Amino acid sequence: MKAEALLDVAMPRSASPSRWRAYGRQFLQNGLGMFGAAISLLITAIALVAPLIAPYDPIQVNPDKIFEARSWSHWLGTDELGRDLFSRLIYGARISFFIGIVAVVFKTIVGTAVGLVTGYFEGAVDHVLMRLLDVLYAFPRTLLALLILAIVGPSIPALIFVIGLGGIPQFARIVRGAVLSAKQNEYVVAARSLGSTSSHILWRYLLPNVSAPILILSSLSLARAITAEASLSFLGLGVDPTLPTWGGMLRAGGPYLRLYPHLAIFPGLLIMLAVLGFNAMGDAIRDILDPRMLSRVRGGRAG
Amino acid sequence: MSLLEIRDLRKHFPVGEGLFSRNKGAVKAVDGVNLTVEEGETLGLVGESGCGKSTLGRTILRLIEPTGGEVIFQGKNLLAMPQRELRDMRRQMQIIFQDPYASLNPRMRVGDIVGEGLEIHKLAKGKAKRERVIELLHQVGLREEHYDRYPHEFSGGQRQRIGIARALAVNPKFIVCDEPVSSLDVSIQAQIINLLQELQEKMHLTYLFISHDLRVVEHISHRVAIMYLGKIVEIAKSDTIYQEAKHPYTRALLSAVPIPDMSKKKERVVLEGDVPSPVNPPSGCTFHPRCSYREAICDKIEPPLEFYAGGHGVSCHVFGPNKRA
Repeated sequence: MKAEALLDVAMPRSASPSRWRAYGRQFLQNGLGMFGAAISLLITAIALVAPLIAPYDPIQVNPDKIFEARSWSHWLGTDELGRDLFSRLIYGARISFFIGIVAVVFKTIVGTAVGLVTGYFEGAVDHVLMRLLDVLYAFPRTLLALLILAIVGPSIPALIFVIGLGGIPQFARIVRGAVLSAKQNEYVVAARSLGSTSSHILWRYLLPNVSAPILILSSLSLARAITAEASLSFLGLGVDPTLPTWGGMLRAGGPYLRLYPHLAIFPGLLIMLAVLGFNAMGDAIRDILDPRMLSRVRGGRAG
Repeated sequence: MSLLEIRDLRKHFPVGEGLFSRNKGAVKAVDGVNLTVEEGETLGLVGESGCGKSTLGRTILRLIEPTGGEVIFQGKNLLAMPQRELRDMRRQMQIIFQDPYASLNPRMRVGDIVGEGLEIHKLAKGKAKRERVIELLHQVGLREEHYDRYPHEFSGGQRQRIGIARALAVNPKFIVCDEPVSSLDVSIQAQIINLLQELQEKMHLTYLFISHDLRVVEHISHRVAIMYLGKIVEIAKSDTIYQEAKHPYTRALLSAVPIPDMSKKKERVVLEGDVPSPVNPPSGCTFHPRCSYREAICDKIEPPLEFYAGGHGVSCHVFGPNKRA
């Protein structure tokens, strides 16, 4: 143990696959991170097995059961169309999550690809792409989303697209910066001198170098994607209102807030909990992968 | 025919270039270099830091795209070569780096680092690759069990050996050694230099050996070229440089080399001032502001590299073969 610690000090540049195991251990010791991971996992699990645990069909309308109070048959009561609130919340996790995760995957892939290409090749491609992304970045995200959804009409693919689109400049900029510094490494020059193709260098040398910032950014942006979906649904630009999403349910419960507050409170609580969970997990991942940022935030205590 | 012939090679790095800003000038890192390298020889390239010697080495291999000139390698101009052909050509010419820490990918095993060239050029795969890599490890003084280790488990000297094995894997003819021993302990320096010489004899290699350390270059080189502000100011056989240096800059450099013999007194030439900015180099001979022998002509006309008998080239109005001052 002692010798190991000594070795770490003597060789600060050491980095090998075994460090991922060390990161894993650090994560297990991070209380807030584990709390976030537990919530995220729980919600993900619920989303995955929704049909097995939901007691009712979330879309089934029951005109004779509207606004029922909590009971043994309807744990959280029913909404204005007599649909079971509990079942709708469970299915809502499914759609909200699906949109959030696919949107994050979309912006991660596109942003990373743009960042890799612009950072590696620089020159005209870099100028043109990055200026385009600057324009995108300068545009308020929600406004842009409203604009696009107003033109193409709300649908799940359209929602994924607009939620992902706003995050692309951020990914591209961070990846580009990391690539600009990583490609100066002499081992990248060595790979070129051996005759590696550009794509080989991008895949094998540069992508692994930028994997940490990508992971941090995508885990943090998952919470943001879920709020974005909820906000757009709340504004009435989400998916088909009969489909249960948390944002959509929040909106639907709005008019009855005085009489039946639980219709809005439960989806609102779930959105809050999910965002909290993903943010806590993302923060923990960032603290572990980027210790320098930790010491900046906490006044150098970690240094 | 020489193995490598460099004609009027130039690399200017633009300063303050952008989409909307006007070009404000250029750093002339390599500014009209002519050199030939014969097969089997070691050409030493010496100069202060920032004089463009590393840039020259990398420009020859087209790891940095030159601004102009020609690099004729085995009769073919590398600078006119399309990328695909150049990638095949890279088998013939390799580079060894200064920093043994930065030059090895920390995420790859030694065996994969050394064997990468074999895979890129489809020279060996699987078991054959492993055998060839182990053979290479033996050649550079490493052992078979190092195959599956990661670079951070090695010392600087061992890492440099890994870098050499990587360069040798593709059976190159020509290797640019870019200050390969500058970041090593003196005791390790000698080992690496001896290894390089041994490999040169065995495999008939040609080296361009870049260094700022005249002592090291003296030991390994057949000929030595002295570089100042992107230009070659003197070139000659190794003995000639050390005994009959002509250019005032070369003599200043030589006087800075420590001699272990205390009884020998020697004249110490101390240069005044710093190396001028390569963005805006001095007129005429770029060395004239620091030269104690300067004449009226020196800040007006640039002295060409002119040759004494025996291939001793000097670029100086005062000490060159055709005195003009």
